[in-house]
Amino acid sequence: MSVHAFKPYPARVMDGQDKFHGNQVLYVGWVDHLMFCAPLAFALAPDFPFGDLIKNVLPGAYSYHPDFAQIDWSAVQWYKSGVPFTPRLEESLVQNGLGHKDLITFVSPGLTGIKGTCS
Amino acid sequence: MDTQVKKKPGLKEKYRHMTRGLDWQTSYQSMDKVFPFAEFEGIKIHDWDKWEDPFRLTMDAYWKYQAEKERKLYAIIDAFVQNNGHLKVTDARYINTLKLFLTGVSPLEYMAHRGFAHVGRQFPGVGPRVACQMQSLDELRHVQTQIHTISNYNKYYNGMHDFRHMHDRLWYLSVPKSFFDDAVTAGPFEFMVAIGFSFEYVLTNLLFVPFMSGAAFNGDMSTVTFGFSAQSDEARHMTLGLEVIKFILEQDPANLPIVQKWIDKWTWRGVRVLTLVAMMMDYMLPKRVMSWKEAWEIYFEQNGGALFKDLARYGITMPKCIETINKEKDHLSHQAWAVFYNYGGAAAFHTWMPDAEEMDWLSSKYPDTFDKYYRPRFEYWREQEAKGNRFYNMTLPMLCQTCQIPMFFTVPGDPSKIAYHESHYSGDKYHFCSEHCKEIFDDEPEKYVQAWLPVHQIFQGNCFKPDADPTAADFNPLAEVLRYYNINFGHDNLDFNGSDDQKNFDLWRGMATQNQTGESA
Repeated sequence: MSVHAFKPYPARVMDGQDKFHGNQVLYVGWVDHLMFCAPLAFALAPDFPFGDLIKNVLPGAYSYHPDFAQIDWSAVQWYKSGVPFTPRLEESLVQNGLGHKDLITFVSPGLTGIKGTCS
Repeated sequence: MDTQVKKKPGLKEKYRHMTRGLDWQTSYQSMDKVFPFAEFEGIKIHDWDKWEDPFRLTMDAYWKYQAEKERKLYAIIDAFVQNNGHLKVTDARYINTLKLFLTGVSPLEYMAHRGFAHVGRQFPGVGPRVACQMQSLDELRHVQTQIHTISNYNKYYNGMHDFRHMHDRLWYLSVPKSFFDDAVTAGPFEFMVAIGFSFEYVLTNLLFVPFMSGAAFNGDMSTVTFGFSAQSDEARHMTLGLEVIKFILEQDPANLPIVQKWIDKWTWRGVRVLTLVAMMMDYMLPKRVMSWKEAWEIYFEQNGGALFKDLARYGITMPKCIETINKEKDHLSHQAWAVFYNYGGAAAFHTWMPDAEEMDWLSSKYPDTFDKYYRPRFEYWREQEAKGNRFYNMTLPMLCQTCQIPMFFTVPGDPSKIAYHESHYSGDKYHFCSEHCKEIFDDEPEKYVQAWLPVHQIFQGNCFKPDADPTAADFNPLAEVLRYYNINFGHDNLDFNGSDDQKNFDLWRGMATQNQTGESA
């Protein structure tokens, strides 16, 4: 459908990638860990290596949680918009097929939050 | 000589003149040009004179009633100020509900004033025009009385000093702001269904009443008084909202699907805004009135149910989103308060974890969900706070493109999983908290791609003061964003425990009730 407007109404996109100073937005959700109330948003360069996300970005965001230190990253399952995907750690976001405003979630097997309540 | 004395017109006659007799058909411009917004939404009105005025107020009567209400209100506010009424509230946590109201709701009253002034100009029918103009004045009065009432608290407590500036900028205030911006940028008929009907009629009892009864339960007589002062206006607004719906539906059968779509959309949009009220009722009031779930059941399921039965004869059905809301009602307030606890560093009010007695109250009101899903998380946070390790989420959240709320809502029926919905438009991806927000976007994507999403705006560098220097070595983006919000770090934000508000309230109340002296924070 299209907007119901009184006169021609050009779409004015507020969040195109061109507005992020060379970065793209990546959303990350840690499944079964709702202590972090919502998925997180990061502005990262398209050539940012995926492995650096795990090594340098996620710890700053998630390490408050006692489960975070327990994560076995080799066993983590990744999903892109709900579809299983296998990231190549040495390659960049773009090389891994991640574009602007893409959503990835990860499951850390065996870890289900505070007292197993997905918190 | 006989003198012909013309009898003064009665109220009824005056009203007829004002709403019928003074109108005219234009001749040197076509009526279409005079009322350009009357038709583009597809609503067909054949006879504006069929409009039945639900209340026949003339301007002189209106001024008289309102002036009387104002006199009473300001007399009570004066007495409240002179008696240090602010020290009589249950405890200083309560004052945070006023901060939320002033920053989140009062600016909407002002937008309602503008919106009704606009449709009060655009409807070709003079009866509804006059009714909308009066409502426009009411809304202006409401925002004024709210600002005047709450300004007394602003003298003593933090976070209320710049509510208008904050309303246009803060991440959680973009939720009510974008709700109203959406409504006032729609056509006049959609605005009336959005605000006059869905908001005023269907949902007012879940917004205004909880705040006012919360004030009454927590000893805030000044807020109760502005509530009373507004309540008789609200009754009029609800009647107008309902009459407009019935009028539109009676005018042409082709109006039904359009109106139904708007009711579906605006019930959902309104309920998403009520998320703030849900957490206010269950977490922010030291003395609770009732739970959010109970309020929803009484005011929506029972009262609203009766309303929709009444509208069934026009073919209107209950909005589809109700099923989702019923599944969310056991979770909404807990999840919402967890969001504010996460981001308590970036809010202009204080947050805190409920104490043991309050958690027991929550268990009793939410026997199926609180202990199972939320108590362990909240107790963990309390333990950590006691160890000096209070949780603050320092990474920005993903937001829903439509309602602009952080994507915290779980899958209806599975409270352990976040709900994700996506759309593509013109080469870009858009994310939503629910199928209903996605549906609203998909219907008018050109409108919602313009959303000013606070998180993205921060990433784009639009939320820093002009003197901020992102190239400086010690540049702290989050601190700079708070500065742009005009939030005074360590005073307006963070946990209630240890706050200036907490210390000052205890000190001042001690001075008022005991022989205590000390220094304010």
